[in-house]
Amino acid sequence: MPQILLDGLTLGFVYAIVALGYTMVYGVLKLINFAHSEVFMVGAFAGTEVLLFLHAMGYLATLPPAVALICAMLIAMILSGTLGVFIERIAYRPLRQAPRLVPLISAIGVSFFLQDAVRLIEGLWKNAFYLTAPTLFTNKITITPTLSLPVKSLVVIMAAVTMMVFLHLFVSRSKWGKAMRAVSQDQATASLMSINVNRVISLTFLIGAGLGGAAGTLFAAQYSLIHPYVGFLLGIKAFTAAVLGGIGNIPGAMLGGILLGLLESFGAAFLGVATNGAMGAEYKDVFAFAILIAVLIFKPSGLLGEPEREKI
Amino acid sequence: MRKVVIPTQLTESKIPFFLACTLVITAGPVFVVFPQSPAAFFTFLVSLLVLYKMSIPVPLKLVGAVISLGIIMPSVGSENGYYMDVIIQVGIYVALAVGLNIVVGFAGLLDLGYVAFYAAGAYAYAIFATSQASNFIPAAWATFPVSGNWFWLFLLVGLVVGAITGVLLGFPVLRLRGDYLAIVTLGFGEIIRIVLNNLDKPINITNGPKGLTPIQPPALFGMDLSEPIHYYFIVLSIIILIIVVAKRLNASRIGRAWAAIREDELAARSMGINLLKMKLLAFASGASFAGVMGVVFAAKQTFIDPSSFSFMESIGILAMVILGGMGSVAGAVIGAVAVLVLQLQILKELSEYLGQLSAAGVLSIPSQLDPAKYERMIFGLILIAMCIFRPQGIIPAKRQLVRLRERVRDWRAKREGGEDVDPA
Repeated sequence: MPQILLDGLTLGFVYAIVALGYTMVYGVLKLINFAHSEVFMVGAFAGTEVLLFLHAMGYLATLPPAVALICAMLIAMILSGTLGVFIERIAYRPLRQAPRLVPLISAIGVSFFLQDAVRLIEGLWKNAFYLTAPTLFTNKITITPTLSLPVKSLVVIMAAVTMMVFLHLFVSRSKWGKAMRAVSQDQATASLMSINVNRVISLTFLIGAGLGGAAGTLFAAQYSLIHPYVGFLLGIKAFTAAVLGGIGNIPGAMLGGILLGLLESFGAAFLGVATNGAMGAEYKDVFAFAILIAVLIFKPSGLLGEPEREKI
Repeated sequence: MRKVVIPTQLTESKIPFFLACTLVITAGPVFVVFPQSPAAFFTFLVSLLVLYKMSIPVPLKLVGAVISLGIIMPSVGSENGYYMDVIIQVGIYVALAVGLNIVVGFAGLLDLGYVAFYAAGAYAYAIFATSQASNFIPAAWATFPVSGNWFWLFLLVGLVVGAITGVLLGFPVLRLRGDYLAIVTLGFGEIIRIVLNNLDKPINITNGPKGLTPIQPPALFGMDLSEPIHYYFIVLSIIILIIVVAKRLNASRIGRAWAAIREDELAARSMGINLLKMKLLAFASGASFAGVMGVVFAAKQTFIDPSSFSFMESIGILAMVILGGMGSVAGAVIGAVAVLVLQLQILKELSEYLGQLSAAGVLSIPSQLDPAKYERMIFGLILIAMCIFRPQGIIPAKRQLVRLRERVRDWRAKREGGEDVDPA
C-alpha cells in the first residue's frame, strides 16, 4: 500500500510539472500546446545524454549523484526551453490571428516532426533510438522491514516541489510574473499597459518548456528507458491533469497531476480486484482518458478553475 | 437558370487547354503500354486531376473518368498487381478523407480519433467473418464464419456501427469547445485501441494483439470476390456513393447549418440552428463512412489487428484533409491521393534508389536515413507548412456565395418582369 502511494506520488509529480507547461501556455494563448509532450521527450533525451556523457567520462562515479542530476537537468532545461521558444516563433506566432483549430493542427505537426527528428538524430549518432539512463540513486531508506523508500523517487518529488515553489514565487511575486498574469487575462489591455506581449509569450514558452525538459530528465532518471515516442501518452495524461485541476490555473495543474498519478497507480493496483480479474492493469491508460472525459462533461472548468464566460 | 461559368486559367488561353487535352487523352494509353513505369502512373494520376480542372462540359468529364477508372486502371491492374494494390489503398483512404472532411471541414469539429470508427467497422465484420464469434455465440444459434454473401449486409452493419459509435462519443463531448473536443476524440481513439487490444479476456472477443484472421472474402451469387479487381470495383463504387452523399449533404440545408456552426457557433445558435443535433449529425455521418470502409478494409486485408488503428492513422487522414483543403470534397480526394502516393510510391522509390546507391558504393547512407521510415516527420511538415502558408489547402472549398447571389438575381429579374415569385 505505501509502495503504491509512493509510486503514484512520483508519477503524479512528473505529470504535475509537465501539466504546468500545458496550463501556462493555455493561460496566455488559449492554445493546447500539443508539442509540449515532445519538448518533454527532448528534455528526457538531453538529460540522458548528459548523464551518459558524464558516465562515459567517468565523472559519474566521483561526482555526488545530486550534482550530476542537477547538471543534466539544467542542460535539459536550457535546451528544451530554447526549443519551446523556437517552436512558438515558427509554428504558433504566424497563426495567432487564425481560427483556433489552425494552430492546434500545426502543433500536432510540430509534435510529429519532433518525434522523428529525435529518432533521426539518435539513430545517426547512437545507432539506436532507445536510450537507457544510468541509475543515479540506488539506495533505499528502510523505515520498517516491509517498507522501504527508494531514494530516486524521493529525489523526483523533492525536485518537483522545488521547481513548483520557484514557479509560484515567480508568477505571483515578480514583475514578469505579473505581466504574464496580465497577458493571460487580456492581451489587448496588457499591451496598452506597455507590456511587451510577444516577449511575455516567449518567456511563458521558455519557462513552460524548460520545466517540461526538467521533468523529462527526472522521468529518465526514475524510469531509465526512454524512446522518441515516450512523450505522447505522458503528454496526454499531463494534459488530463491540467484539465482536471482547471486549465490555465497553476496550482490546479499541480493538484491535478498529483491526483491523476495517485488515481492511476491505485487504479492499476485495484482494477483487477475490483472487477474480479476481468480488467487488469493494462486498462490503466483507459482510466486516465475516462477521467478526462468525465471531468470535461461534468465540470469542464476543472477542480480549481473558474468557469469560462462566453463573450458576446 | 443560367449556368455560371467559373473562369479557370485553362480557358484564358487556348494553348494550355490543348496541352491539357493532349495529356488527358494520351496518359491512359501510355499507362496501358507501360504498366510498370512509375512515371506513367503519375502522369495518369495527374491527367485525372487535369481532367477535373478542365473547363469542358460535365458529361465529357464523366466519360473521361469512366474510361480512366473503369477501363484503363483495371486493365493496367491485371498487368501490374502492385499498382492495383496501391490504387485500392488510395481508394480506401480517399473514402476516409472524404468522411473526415465532413466532420473537420464542413462542421469544423476537429476529430483526432477518426480511426476508432474505422476500427469499429472493421471489427464488426472481422469478428463474424472469422470463427471468432463462436466464442460468445452458441453454435446452436449460428455457425461462424458467416459466408461471404453476408459482406453486403455487413456494409450496412458497418455504417450503423460507425454511426452509433459516433453518436455515443459525440453526445457527451460535442458540448465542449473545439480544442477540448480534439483531445477527447484523441483519448477515445486510444481507448478503443486499448480495449481491442485487451478484449481477449474474460471472453475472447477481439483476440487481442494477435488479431483476427482469416476473414472471409465477399461473395456474390456463390462466387468469391477475392481478386484485387473485385475490391477495386467495390471500393470505387463506395467512393462514388460517398462523394455524392458528401456533396449533396454540403449543398443542403444541413450543409449550410454546418458551415454556420463552423464559422460562428453563437451566431448559428441565434439563427435557430440546433447545435447539438447538427454536430451529432456531422459526427455520425463521418463516422458511418469510416465504418463502411472498415468492413471493406477487413475483407481486403483478411487480417486485422489493433495496430492498424493507431493515432498515427488518424493524423495521416487529417493530413490528407488539411493538405487538400478543409471543406472541399475534391480537395480531400486529392489530398488522400497525394499523401498515399508520397507514402507508397515516392518515399519507397527514393529509399530503394538510395539503397542501390549505397550497395553500389557510390554513397554511403546509413540505414537510419531511410526516407521510408520518416512518415511522421513528413506528415508533421505537411501540417505545419499548410497551416502557415496555405491554410485553405490545395483546392480551397468553394463558398456557395455564387449560387445564392445568382438566385437573388434570378428572382429580381423575374420580379421586374412582372411575375409574382416567392423569393424562397
